[in-house]
Amino acid sequence: MATTIELGVQEKAARTALPGRKVNDFSIQVATVNGSGSQSANTVLLRSIFQMGVPVSGKNLFPSNIAGLPTWYTIRASKQGYIARKKEIDFLVAMNAETAKEDVMSLMPGAACVYDEPLQLSGLRQDITFYPVPFDKLVAPVCPEAKLRRLVKNMLYVGVVDALLGIEREESEKALVKQFGKKKKAAELNTAAVRAGYDYAIANFTKQDPFWVERMNENQGKIIVDGNAAAALGCMFAGVTVVTWYPITPSSSLVETLIDYLKEYRIGPDGKATFAVVQAEDELAAAGMVLGAGWAGARSMTSTSGPGISLMAEFIGLGYYTELPGVFFDIQRVGPSTGLPTRTMQGDVLFCAFLSHGDTKHILLFPSSVEECFSMAIDAFDLAEQFQTPVFVLSDLDLGMNNWMAHPFTYPEKPIARGKVLNEDDLKRMGGFGFARYKDVDGDGIPYRTLPGTAHPNAAYFTRGSGHNEKAQYSERPDDYVNNMDRLSRKFETARKFVPAPVKEVSGTSKIGTIAYGTTHWALTESCDQLLKENNIAMDYLRVRAYPFTQEVHDFIKNHDRVYVVEQNRDAQMFQLIKLDIAADQVTKLRSVVHYNGLPIDARSVTDAVVSQETSSQEAK
Amino acid sequence: MSATSTPTPAPGSNNPKTNHVGLTVLDYRGSKTTLCAGCGHNAITERIIDAMYEMGVHPENVAKLSGIGCSSKTPAYFMNRSHGFNSVHGRMPSVATGVALANQKLMLIGVSGDGDTASIGIGQFIHLMRRNLPIIYIIEDNGVYGLTKGQFSATADLGSKLKTGVINDLPPIDTCALAIQLGATFVARSFSGDKKQLLNLLKAAIAHRGTAMIDVISPCVTFNDHEGSTKSYKYSKDHDEPVQEIGFVPGFENIDVDYDDGETANVRMHDGSHMRLRKLDRDHDATNKVGALQLLAESHEKGEMLTGVFYVNATAPSFIEQLNLTETSLARMPEELTRPSRHALDEIMEELR
Repeated sequence: MATTIELGVQEKAARTALPGRKVNDFSIQVATVNGSGSQSANTVLLRSIFQMGVPVSGKNLFPSNIAGLPTWYTIRASKQGYIARKKEIDFLVAMNAETAKEDVMSLMPGAACVYDEPLQLSGLRQDITFYPVPFDKLVAPVCPEAKLRRLVKNMLYVGVVDALLGIEREESEKALVKQFGKKKKAAELNTAAVRAGYDYAIANFTKQDPFWVERMNENQGKIIVDGNAAAALGCMFAGVTVVTWYPITPSSSLVETLIDYLKEYRIGPDGKATFAVVQAEDELAAAGMVLGAGWAGARSMTSTSGPGISLMAEFIGLGYYTELPGVFFDIQRVGPSTGLPTRTMQGDVLFCAFLSHGDTKHILLFPSSVEECFSMAIDAFDLAEQFQTPVFVLSDLDLGMNNWMAHPFTYPEKPIARGKVLNEDDLKRMGGFGFARYKDVDGDGIPYRTLPGTAHPNAAYFTRGSGHNEKAQYSERPDDYVNNMDRLSRKFETARKFVPAPVKEVSGTSKIGTIAYGTTHWALTESCDQLLKENNIAMDYLRVRAYPFTQEVHDFIKNHDRVYVVEQNRDAQMFQLIKLDIAADQVTKLRSVVHYNGLPIDARSVTDAVVSQETSSQEAK
Repeated sequence: MSATSTPTPAPGSNNPKTNHVGLTVLDYRGSKTTLCAGCGHNAITERIIDAMYEMGVHPENVAKLSGIGCSSKTPAYFMNRSHGFNSVHGRMPSVATGVALANQKLMLIGVSGDGDTASIGIGQFIHLMRRNLPIIYIIEDNGVYGLTKGQFSATADLGSKLKTGVINDLPPIDTCALAIQLGATFVARSFSGDKKQLLNLLKAAIAHRGTAMIDVISPCVTFNDHEGSTKSYKYSKDHDEPVQEIGFVPGFENIDVDYDDGETANVRMHDGSHMRLRKLDRDHDATNKVGALQLLAESHEKGEMLTGVFYVNATAPSFIEQLNLTETSLARMPEELTRPSRHALDEIMEELR
């Protein structure tokens, strides 16, 4: 965790003296013990603010542990709609004895802190408003069952926070009903806890901090969902038929949610499944099953994280070279090795782009939002089958496991694209001529394939990871090898025109550009505003959504004097990937901003880094 | 195309013989083998062709799968009218599983070797056995790595000697014992030199539903056919001890054989065929799993090379059956069945509000 921030006396005074109210623009941090049921309480708190119509985001900073270790949940309310992580904490709920002191010391002056009374935190700082709450005393009357008290205790702070921040208690109660669904008893118990906390705070506290939630109307029609659930829905509406997986944080919930949805929405008219899900023995097998199923004509996928991708490298090379479709979700976490399994990173970009030995390159999609987790899942299946190749969707822990506000997803308008598959009738029309599996008939590098089981004597071909000619026959001839590899390159070039194009998020006349992708987007939009407002630096911003890069990426760099590539890894992986793709005279325009401490990137870090680089480039002149 | 029409050949004419689906044995051939002359694997390839032909399997309905190694090359040498997939080393089981999930109507034949199965691929092998995936899984077992020039594999017997004089000092993995223990429902061992036994085993495997695992001792003429090897032709011929004499009566021949007597056990296979197991020197009930494991354990103690059907369970559900899939194969499922309606999305969005 952060170290104590030492501020000068004047600075302290300046900040604490700020009068008035801070409405819908602050962050809450809840510090609890993992496994104490705080997740439900935090979700209720998030939903309450959401239901008040205030833009809100929630980020769970949790340990790789089932119970006992410290965990934090940050909620940000932002009337401007900024939903990136906010570095500074304004309102702390300190429930964990182990971290309470450090948590308090890291608060900004002027912050507020609700805490469990026995922790006796009030003496720690003079520049913080403290609200001690005797949680144990309050929980006993609302929860007669002693063993449940530890869990219900957390719901008390929801009531306390409601009262202090002006969140309508009815909204929390509504959120509770949603949270507990059919578990009526649990909902009642927790509702009582919220009320007890609320009543206690009203009766005992005088509001001294400036933070308030006030009703807005920004969330009309919006949904709250995590990226993994959104991706799962995307897979289902993409028509996935074969799902294989091996459990791994932070990806497991994607397939688990998918299983639930498939059971509900993908039972055929005969009452039987129109899908198969297999929990494989490891990620190697999961990848092999995906490719085997793709070869035989299924829409197949798996979901994993970095360590799984490492194991899949062998199969991905096979998939690339033998040209098999398959969708691979990588919910990135902090590597290398086991790394920080429950923290976020964009660390697998380069690895996935070229996964396998030999010359390979793969289509990558970079969703930034839950909406894109949904839409890009559908894109990924279409691309995989159209290009007959493994396609990666690079999400991350922040996107996958946290709840995000979103517009309801749009039903896919385009029919499912199955790519160039020859069936019995096609082969009949072709007469006595067999088809050549790896021949570039259309000049786009994409060959035609047949599926096993096609009832025509000319349908069969032999798939092999060893050298092959156009007719899929074994070949070690230099010309066959080169022709095939060149065609694969041509195919990849074709993909440039079919992958999701980048989005010009901020476009003006600035000579400074910035490129980001995935979840870095949320910090970037906020940082662009900060840079303009605070430093008078205008930046155009292009959000890259896929690899291979489309022409727009090249044009954007051409049209700017310098371009910051902002991302969440140490080695500037997207920066490197772009460098490989652009003309030599453009390379020196690129600048890098990286963030890699495992926490989701925040706008302030980006702004500071850009300002510092801009200042030094000014000085250099 | 010729303008004159070809008359249908009269029975008994000089036209090539056809099986009950109207195909000749040539329709089951593959490309020319590139393995060494005399390789046991080539004999197995021939038996596969014969078995598929005699069983009247539609080649277009078969998917051939393999890993890496000499054995894994062989799917190219039989059934050119079937789709083939030579995958990566030791990973054929997962690819095969994917294929079976996508299209449960295909007949799968997987060819592997002792290195491909028992060393690098042991993990995937045991999980395939555990799932009882519908597949004919053949191990072409010669105890050495051929393509890398004769290193021991994990099925090499204790004390067996390499050409270089190196003695194997680790016990072999018995793939049959593993398969039985883990859930395969048809487990047998054969010898590439025993034409009749292997042919009938393959036919029974074709008739089986679930994993049919056949470990075929298949001598490597180049690297493991010398004095001191326990997987040479000579050693195998001398030590081959069939547990039963295996007969096979295909279902389409409509012969009533549904009886057991004291000497011959009858196993009714899933497709209505019958496997006939005639007792030889010992009494082995191939439907008894524990007995099968005991038989193999005892044969290890005695250093015997038992062949025959060790275990069969013709009624256990296969992995695919347990998935409760719709009738249409997943690979051919139309969009109406795979993309839920607009209404479904609206309903889900409403729940997330």
